[in-house]
Amino acid sequence: MDFQTAVFYFFSTVLVLSALRVITARNPVHAALFLVLTFFTAGGIWMLLRAEFLAIALVMVYVGAVMVLFLFVVMMLDINLDRIREGFWSYLPVGAVIGLLMVIEMAIVLGGKYFGLEGMPAPADPGEGYSNTKELGRLLYTEYVYPFELASIVLLVAMIAAIALTLRKRTNVKVVDPAAQVAVKRDDRVRIVSMRAEKD
Amino acid sequence: MESIIEPVAALFGPAWPLVWSLLKIIGIIAPLFLCVAYLTLAERKVIGYMQVRIGPNRVGPRGLLQPIADGVKLLLKEIIVPSGSNKGLFILGPVLALGPALAAWAVVPFSDGWVVGNVDAGLLFLLAVTSIEVYGVIIAAWASNSKYAFLGGMRAAAQMVSYEIAMGFALVCVLMISSSLNLSEIVAGQGRGQWAEWGFGFLSWNWLPLFPMFIVYLISGIAETNRAPFDVVEGESEIVAGHMVEYSGMAFALFFLGEYANMILISALTSILFLGGWLSPVGFLPDSFLWLVAKTSFILFLFLWFRATFPRFRYDHIMRLGWKVFIPLTLFWVVVVAVWVMSPFSIWK
Repeated sequence: MDFQTAVFYFFSTVLVLSALRVITARNPVHAALFLVLTFFTAGGIWMLLRAEFLAIALVMVYVGAVMVLFLFVVMMLDINLDRIREGFWSYLPVGAVIGLLMVIEMAIVLGGKYFGLEGMPAPADPGEGYSNTKELGRLLYTEYVYPFELASIVLLVAMIAAIALTLRKRTNVKVVDPAAQVAVKRDDRVRIVSMRAEKD
Repeated sequence: MESIIEPVAALFGPAWPLVWSLLKIIGIIAPLFLCVAYLTLAERKVIGYMQVRIGPNRVGPRGLLQPIADGVKLLLKEIIVPSGSNKGLFILGPVLALGPALAAWAVVPFSDGWVVGNVDAGLLFLLAVTSIEVYGVIIAAWASNSKYAFLGGMRAAAQMVSYEIAMGFALVCVLMISSSLNLSEIVAGQGRGQWAEWGFGFLSWNWLPLFPMFIVYLISGIAETNRAPFDVVEGESEIVAGHMVEYSGMAFALFFLGEYANMILISALTSILFLGGWLSPVGFLPDSFLWLVAKTSFILFLFLWFRATFPRFRYDHIMRLGWKVFIPLTLFWVVVVAVWVMSPFSIWK
């Protein structure tokens, strides 16, 4: 077993164990943190495939932004663990069927002839000076430019929709315009009155 | 140099690359900790002088041993773990606050070829590592089981995520004009151009063509390290010390080290990305590591200067500046730079 294989098995072990902990951890915050670890290790495995852009983008987007906001929400929830576990046995059959379906689907995809080791062998060593990032950028903006732009428009629409859903014009809010605040001069607030000194 | 390394390398055999990397890491971390220690002293001195005080002057000659005394004091103090806290995460918090701040140095070049990992995607690596930094604060805040700490953690999460976006766009501009993600090449790219040939190297650095981005990066860097005037995460006046309120002794010191190591990192990165790194500002002086030190020190001085000058921003103003000013500005400037690079007026050909 060479060094790379050892690293791969190490990452895979951590990945599988932490993924298991995501669904078995009692505390939702712990589960979210294990999900962070899962993403991070998945990034490591992608790095082994020389997909450094994807690996780092995974860490940047999912670990650095999505999971932070996720934790933000999970930490604020007051979750009663007993209430969640109440319906476990009644939901188990439905969950088991869905899980089984997913396993079958994965088996079809991964075991089929298009995705097997023969269908998709490990990429050959591209040699020195090969930049995965540059290559990916070139493909995205030449060959796949329409699907790429379509995907970004879908995301843009989703973003606008999310903002529109939460945007409410509230009346009677005492909000101040910061620009107006900064622009305030002394004369707007204070009036200096010149008065004759009083003598008795 | 080679003749010294060869016999030692033979001694360790196949483990040599590991040992050599470890030695290089120690070679960066040890001076870094020393810099952090003396940055705390410099901060107190500089702010002292700005406020017409003397600053620390009791420990050692002119107060020069003050950071050592502080370090020893913090090491000897007891670490108190609050009874209602989550012990494992309580310890993990400070570790995660310091770890990324040190890990990022792996790709920072100090001079031509002086870098631990001269990786191709150095800039991406930096973005990823700095985006993990926020976890230390959030985990510490939650594990402390305290309202003040939790409020600090919430503020940190929102603030760091917001300013990261503006910072990322500023970096996109830099990588567009240098067409490389490797930090050494970004520095080398700043040494080429008409001005550099005429001997005015400092005019060919990125700060001039990307001036708005330079300012945005600098300000976002201050917000990202939670320094004054963006230090609502600590917010002594309303939430005592934010995420650090329950920490004592060395656990607290780790947060402190992380904050200052981050300051030095952001300063070094600003120097490398916008101020030409180790390049000499004028033609008749040689390029040297010392230029990087000088530039980094100047940016660090700016950090201290800002802290002594500006009152703390109100929280909604911070969010407004990040989302309504910086992000639209950087987005617009990314388009401007993209058009500029592809136009006949491009100066980076």
